[in-house]
Amino acid sequence: MQTVRVALAQIAPKLGDLESNLELHKEAIRLARREKAGIVVFPELSLTGYVLRDQVPEIALTRKSPLFKKLLAASEALDLIVGFVEESPGHRFQNATAYLSKGRVVHVHRKVYLPTYGMFDEGRDFAAGDLIRAFKTPAGPAGMLICEDAWHPVSAWILVQDGAEMLFTLSSGPTRGAKPGRGITSLPIWHDLLRTTAQFQTSFVVYVNRVGYEDGLNFGGGSIAIDPFGRTLATLPGLASGVVVAELDGEVLRRARAAYPLLRDENLELVHREVSRIRQVRFQLEETAAGGKTR
Amino acid sequence: MSRRPQIYKATPPREPDLTLDVAATLQILEGFLKNEVERTGLHRVVVGLSGGIDSALAAYLAVRALGPSGVVGVLMPYRSSAPSSVRDAEAVVGALGIVAERFEISELVDVFAAKAGKIGPRRLGNVMARVRMLVLYDRSVEHDALVLGTSNKTELLLGYGTIHGDLASALNPLGDLYKTQVRELARALSVPKSILDKAPSADLWPEQTDEADLGVTYDEVDRILALLVDARVIPGTIVAKGFRRETVLRVQKLITRSQFKRRMPLIAKVSTRSIGWDFRYPRDWKT
Repeated sequence: MQTVRVALAQIAPKLGDLESNLELHKEAIRLARREKAGIVVFPELSLTGYVLRDQVPEIALTRKSPLFKKLLAASEALDLIVGFVEESPGHRFQNATAYLSKGRVVHVHRKVYLPTYGMFDEGRDFAAGDLIRAFKTPAGPAGMLICEDAWHPVSAWILVQDGAEMLFTLSSGPTRGAKPGRGITSLPIWHDLLRTTAQFQTSFVVYVNRVGYEDGLNFGGGSIAIDPFGRTLATLPGLASGVVVAELDGEVLRRARAAYPLLRDENLELVHREVSRIRQVRFQLEETAAGGKTR
Repeated sequence: MSRRPQIYKATPPREPDLTLDVAATLQILEGFLKNEVERTGLHRVVVGLSGGIDSALAAYLAVRALGPSGVVGVLMPYRSSAPSSVRDAEAVVGALGIVAERFEISELVDVFAAKAGKIGPRRLGNVMARVRMLVLYDRSVEHDALVLGTSNKTELLLGYGTIHGDLASALNPLGDLYKTQVRELARALSVPKSILDKAPSADLWPEQTDEADLGVTYDEVDRILALLVDARVIPGTIVAKGFRRETVLRVQKLITRSQFKRRMPLIAKVSTRSIGWDFRYPRDWKT
């Protein structure tokens, strides 16, 4: 990958108000351009807000939506990673993030792991994505994950096996209180997880979490960029809006992968074999003569 | 190698944890009040000041969020209210520099009570709470303001409040704070000492105290609730930790018995899209 400046846009989207949120995006884009950022990253559902519930089909976008076209136009200046509700073919409404560059859609990731427990009810409102793919950006190969996706270690693992060198994680993470000596408890937990991911995957990790309030929930922020050695490059404080720019240095990635050749030593064949075996037992599949599996 | 190895036993179920990062919690609560008031297009709250610690803390938080001009305190004494209650409420008004109004509820309550016939102290207490709600909602229209709730998590979980009375509000900054935590925040914000030190009371009749009503101290019940609710520890394990079985079971019963106070009324479903079941929008819808 080439060295690239990435702007982390920790914004507080307005619930269900896409036009207002487009303005918030433009403001962050202006700040990012001034610092010569090549990519600006927004939080999960940055265009729509989080506690949408029955608004989901009402605010969903397709690539033909006028508002989506405005975003595409904005991506002429620098690359954008934005969060939105995508209405996929077949009218599946998905919690999605798009990488936009030079007026084109480079890649869309649809959240695979929809949290539906505790305070979360995403499984009611969204269709789950079923692909985790790396893609090429002008700066190099990358992958995107949305919030809960990052809590499943295979997500980052698949992206990096697929070639990613930069991992972007977008989040709308509500806080669960603050404890003495730890502050807002969810932030150090996230940072530990992301740092470990950067080290395990010897990749850059950029995490952008939103701030603001919806229905009594408050979103923590604490956006952070981490290098492949696990070192913090840039971070934003909790609870407040802001933009920070981190330079991701291609030479640092090369050094990390030379020093810790974890990816070189990964054994895809072994993983495939063992996962196949577990799958066979778990789903009671039988081996056919041709080597394929049937139920 | 001659020393015997240290043994680390399995971590017991979590101890009750009522600690708070005061600064961060205050930041969240202030942000909550400012954001949730302003998104409605309003800039002000009205809060009933009883002279107790909950309404005092709510007023202090609201002033931090909205400034003194954003908070209207309403004192609503009944004839039997302790004179110290009014004094303590006035101390809050003075310390915060907010506008305060006084609305005596004695006549309204007495007229109602006379018409209603023989009503005991419990019903009279509910009437007082509901008359105060009536006053607050009326004043909120006059002031273009939202009604601030002052029920804490202990009261909400135990059902220690009057539905459509003191439980009624637009926004409640205290609803996720146990009484013990309310005290900690109130101390941190330098709420007047007489308020911090006195025994918590609904002051619906002379000599009433919360802890006598509930039959358990806040200190004990908060620790039980923190285990039962927050840490999801089963009652048997809580008893094994040294809490009285009858108290733990009573707390559990109070929680379940008061569930109706924490939810909107039930609606009989007879259509394809019913409020609460398949018509679900955030409360902050379009704000």
